[in-house]
Amino acid sequence: MSGTLFFLDIFKDYSSDELSSIFVMQGFSGISLFSVFLLMALGLAIIFGQMKVINMAHGEFLTAGAYTTVLLSDLVTKYIPAALPYYFFIAIMMAFFVAFILGYIVEKLIVSYLYERPLDTLLATWGVSMVMQQSFRLIFGAREDSATMPEWLMGSWSPTESISIPINGLFLLLMSILMTTIVLLLMYRSRWGLRVRATVQNREMSTAVGINSKKVDRWTFALGCGLAGIAGAAFTTIGSVSPSAGSLYIVDTFIVVVFGGAGSIIGTILSAFGIAQAQSILEFFLTGVLAKVFVLLAIVGILMIRPQGIVANKVRQ
Amino acid sequence: MNTLLNNKLTGNKDQTVSFLILAAVLFVFFPLIFDIFRLNMVAKYLSLSFAAVGLVLCWGYGGILSLGQGVFWGLGGYAMAAFLKLEAAANIAKEAGSDQIKALSTIGLPDFMDWNQITELPYIWYPFKSFPITMVMILVLPGIVAYIIGVAMFKRRVSGVYFAIITQALCWIMEILFVTRQGWTGGINGITDLRTCLGWDIRTDSAQYILYFLTVALVLGMIIVGKLILQSKLGRLLVATRDMENRVRFSGYDAADFKIFIFCLSGVISSIGGAMFALNVGFMSPKLVTIEPSIYMVIFCAFGGRLSLVGAVYGTLIVCFGRTFFSELFPESWMFLMGTTFVLITMVFPRGVAGIVEDYGPRLLALFRKRSAGAEDLRIVKQAGVS
Repeated sequence: MSGTLFFLDIFKDYSSDELSSIFVMQGFSGISLFSVFLLMALGLAIIFGQMKVINMAHGEFLTAGAYTTVLLSDLVTKYIPAALPYYFFIAIMMAFFVAFILGYIVEKLIVSYLYERPLDTLLATWGVSMVMQQSFRLIFGAREDSATMPEWLMGSWSPTESISIPINGLFLLLMSILMTTIVLLLMYRSRWGLRVRATVQNREMSTAVGINSKKVDRWTFALGCGLAGIAGAAFTTIGSVSPSAGSLYIVDTFIVVVFGGAGSIIGTILSAFGIAQAQSILEFFLTGVLAKVFVLLAIVGILMIRPQGIVANKVRQ
Repeated sequence: MNTLLNNKLTGNKDQTVSFLILAAVLFVFFPLIFDIFRLNMVAKYLSLSFAAVGLVLCWGYGGILSLGQGVFWGLGGYAMAAFLKLEAAANIAKEAGSDQIKALSTIGLPDFMDWNQITELPYIWYPFKSFPITMVMILVLPGIVAYIIGVAMFKRRVSGVYFAIITQALCWIMEILFVTRQGWTGGINGITDLRTCLGWDIRTDSAQYILYFLTVALVLGMIIVGKLILQSKLGRLLVATRDMENRVRFSGYDAADFKIFIFCLSGVISSIGGAMFALNVGFMSPKLVTIEPSIYMVIFCAFGGRLSLVGAVYGTLIVCFGRTFFSELFPESWMFLMGTTFVLITMVFPRGVAGIVEDYGPRLLALFRKRSAGAEDLRIVKQAGVS
């Protein structure tokens, strides 16, 4: 296998000590990439994975959340600078609600008419994403904005001398763990989650047993969008936001969800972890873009062998 | 799923008429009203419409939504551009002593390879030294790629949304590869500065006229090919597979084979369009084959009507002209207009412009006939009543 030889060649330049520390450091950068992927993918795992809606505007809901945070940080620095250390928690909540309400409106006006035609949701939501992007451009301008971060989010934490871990990376990780836990509890331990899963599995039967499937759809879609908004708020800690920022993430996000096995949130978590780790470890040895190609090819290859993704839902179609 | 879309399938008089109208518009009307600059623009858009025609076949009738049509379109375009570029490089080499040749360290190689310190022609460029082999490559290369994807996906019954996302990933892979392998593909700038094809200067007015008519003839040819396939038994099986794949399978057919075939065919059709683009416009760039252009191809198809081969051409022309026109006229709000149009077309007119014409056309026509021939009709009715 030329592939394996190729990698052995790369490894030979480093001592085993160096190699292990490389793996640890790249491993941590992989963990922050993992939290980024996971935060993005959670909302889509619900909208696309559960409801089968191809929401091409998902990235724009993320941008909406990010802009909400930026706006709030501007207001806070201007009027109540004393609240700067704490505003971020309110910003996250507001980002959720803004994206939630936008999602609710989009579902009511557009997506709710298209459940019978899943492929068409792609076109309609692509139109929505164009409109949303242009609105951001008109409201906030085309250049990049960034939020003022509270002090405690800056800097890094070094447990030993050689390792330093950025605080915002840790914050992202905590956020993604928290959000995942909430989503898992909601989907699998609440009455509402039960209704969602029932509607997804068999719409007619769920309606027959008294589930208001329209209401379930609307709230599920809006919740997915709200999660994207939270992801957007969280991303302001690591980067700036521009009107088209969301479209950079959308393909990655879809791939994470498909690879994990649509319909399974556990699968999404595993796939986000696998893709992020593979990519960041490969990135050290290859250039960033080539690492991406390798990872994408591997994903396509694995999906050809296992089209249902890593974790398959055992449901009779 | 597609009850909405089940309209008349096979050829009838209306479809022949609409085909002839399209031929007349492209062959006679546009050359009469447009100067060569605008006509070249139409040719550029028509090269894109090949992809839309291919999508009508594989999406509209085969039910396979491919978000990677740009891959095939790009393969054809790059194959053609590679041939033209080698010729351009050879021409420069002939003019020994010119300034350009002094600037190059390796003579006879495309300029971008020289900039990337490549001193020998990469092997993958060898086929493009000959015109016939390039022509074969334009047809075979996308066919092979589509076949591999098709076998891997459809034999394992990957379909619908999953297929769409995977083709999108392929599109991304291709973009990254073409942008990063600068020495082989010209990187982000693509392959530029294409001047002659077999010694024929493709940038003169007369050449652009000829290329325009060639493009039109090829588009119309593709529509005829598509129509013949849809009218055959194969076409019926395709629609059957789209609407009820399991039933086709239970009847003893291998549904995957039909899907693979139509996916390959649509890939080849797109590839021809890409090749015509390189000839018409004189360059090829990775920006034209990425994810967004591929989605636009789907939008052309949806706008024109996913069940109408003729509509796909109109859809491409309308959306492209609309984009050019409105982005000049309303630089701030045209995105709103485009976005809302896509939403409305998808929701209200899933059969696109062709659907609108099919639904309201006859009524309008009847109204028109009644007015002009009202008196005549009345007399006939009266006579019939008397006798």
